[in-house]
Amino acid sequence: MSDPTVLPAIAVGAAFAAGMGAALGWAATRLRPDEDRLPEAINALLPQTQCGQCRYPGCRPYAEAIARGEADIDQCPPGGEATVHALADLLGRKAKPVDPQYGPVSQRVVAVIDEERCIGCALCLPACPVDAIIGAPRFMHTVIGSHCTGCGLCVPPCPVDCIELR
Amino acid sequence: MAPPGRFADGLRLESHKARAMRHRLRAAAAPACAVIALDQGRGDADPVVGPGDRVFVGTPIARPASGVAATIHSPVCGIVREIAQRETAAPAGSGPCIVIDSDGSDARDPRIAAPALESLGPEDLIARILEAGIVGLGGAAYPTGVKLATARERSVEHLVLNGAECEPWICCDDALMRERADDILLGTRIMMVTCGARRATIAVEDDKPEAIEALRRASSALGDDRLEVVALPALYPAGAEGPLLLAVTGLEVPHDAFPPSIGLLCQNVGTAAAVASWARSGEPCISRVVTVTGSGVGEPANLEARIGTPLAALVAECGGHRGEPRRLIAGGSMTGTALATDDVALTKAMNCILVATALDLVPRGEEMPCIRCGDCASACPAGLLPQQLLRAVTSGVTAEAGRYGLADCIECGCCDYVCPSRIPLTSRFRAARAEARALAADRQRAEAARRRFEQHQRRLAMQAEAERQAFEEARRLARGDGAGRSDP
Repeated sequence: MSDPTVLPAIAVGAAFAAGMGAALGWAATRLRPDEDRLPEAINALLPQTQCGQCRYPGCRPYAEAIARGEADIDQCPPGGEATVHALADLLGRKAKPVDPQYGPVSQRVVAVIDEERCIGCALCLPACPVDAIIGAPRFMHTVIGSHCTGCGLCVPPCPVDCIELR
Repeated sequence: MAPPGRFADGLRLESHKARAMRHRLRAAAAPACAVIALDQGRGDADPVVGPGDRVFVGTPIARPASGVAATIHSPVCGIVREIAQRETAAPAGSGPCIVIDSDGSDARDPRIAAPALESLGPEDLIARILEAGIVGLGGAAYPTGVKLATARERSVEHLVLNGAECEPWICCDDALMRERADDILLGTRIMMVTCGARRATIAVEDDKPEAIEALRRASSALGDDRLEVVALPALYPAGAEGPLLLAVTGLEVPHDAFPPSIGLLCQNVGTAAAVASWARSGEPCISRVVTVTGSGVGEPANLEARIGTPLAALVAECGGHRGEPRRLIAGGSMTGTALATDDVALTKAMNCILVATALDLVPRGEEMPCIRCGDCASACPAGLLPQQLLRAVTSGVTAEAGRYGLADCIECGCCDYVCPSRIPLTSRFRAARAEARALAADRQRAEAARRRFEQHQRRLAMQAEAERQAFEEARRLARGDGAGRSDP
């Protein structure tokens, strides 16, 4: 500590470190990644079938689970490879095939009501998450093909099994 | 005069046009049975006639359903036989077609009359051009009226007539420019009125001196100093819209915009001739000039043929087949699409029928790995990096392909042509573009489903709230206020 020239160097170094520390501290609080936007961005990439095959009650809850790090990106069979790729690209992760335990990846299907067998019970109407079934009690029901996402949620409530995914 | 613009990269290709240009442009015989595809290159139109209906030449038979299809008119006089699936030139290979048996009389629809041009304002002209079913005859088949209306909205300054016809084998525009220069100039002037352009440039490649001469002669006879004819160097793909506008005006169309947004409008010379033919007689777009060529054709020529004429009949009219045909291509050798059969009818989008024999088809050899030589990047007229784009496309990451400009590929085929590893880049890009479009449609569908789901959720919440209130109300009544009522 005999050389007096080392003191300004230490002072400058300390000031620099303190400055950087303060800047980082400020950045950590003020420039925090916007956590509300991430689930939104993930949700925008999901197929919106609301089918629940991912074990979450809809696309938005699954998106939130991915954002929290609870769920993986390979749990969406209706989205298939394209959705996994899009999610991997968004989140900077590696793409992988859809985990078969969540269901098989299939072609796009739509629900079709066998109108001969429909008894007009109206049980499938509230089950449809996108209001793609038209009908009323004791009237035949039908599916609007262009609105149907093929989630299959209308199949279990039907008492006469007249709904088929094609 | 030399055009002021800059020239994008391009290729000097063997033109193969001389044989077909030995004959004058002539009319092909009207077909005994016309097959008119509802998809004339821009999506399906809705038929407005049914089996058994009597139609005249020029009777409207299909109207645009949605998107950018155009009105279709009957090319013959006769009876509609059926509306059925037939082989077509569409990528799917077949599609719905209106089949009309001609009675051979060629009687015109009595409603067709020459328009009183002087009394029509720009908007009326556009509506009438739309009604006449005139589309871009360079191959894109985009309704001319729609294009002119957009150009009018954006107050376009400069109309560029595309007479470059850069693709090998195709010479239908060359034939038109040589023989109907007056028509092209008339059509150009009408289009200038409709879109409000103050000047027009007709751009022709310099390997068509007769066409340039004919246009200049017609132009000086007309004495209209707003019209100008310029010669471009024959450099493929000088006739693609972007490179052409760059060469003629020096302005580059931004990748996310279209020519009217920078004050330009580009139309094909064939389209101008179709506008002129409508202006002279009121006749809608029921025929087009098509080049029938290739080593597999006896006497290649340019024919003015009715839409709906079977390609086999057009080949027969040009001396029939010669040698062993190997491939039938709709369009030129660079961007054309191969057809599986000649039992396909002429559409408004078809500018050339190329019957190729082994002589025309250079064996391409095995595809080999990319050696990253970069030749494709220097050949690409759209300024892309095809090698990087290929890598992005094959890895299946559509977002990355998008960043490398997949949407800006003009599918000209230059990269294929120069690739020493013989990689079919263009077809890969074309497939990837179709995939990207399908993906975008999926996204749109998902977005619509999300909106409906959110509405559904809101409705459920509202219903639950209404039920709760009704329940509260009923309980309140049952407890006190309703005590006065007696139960039945």
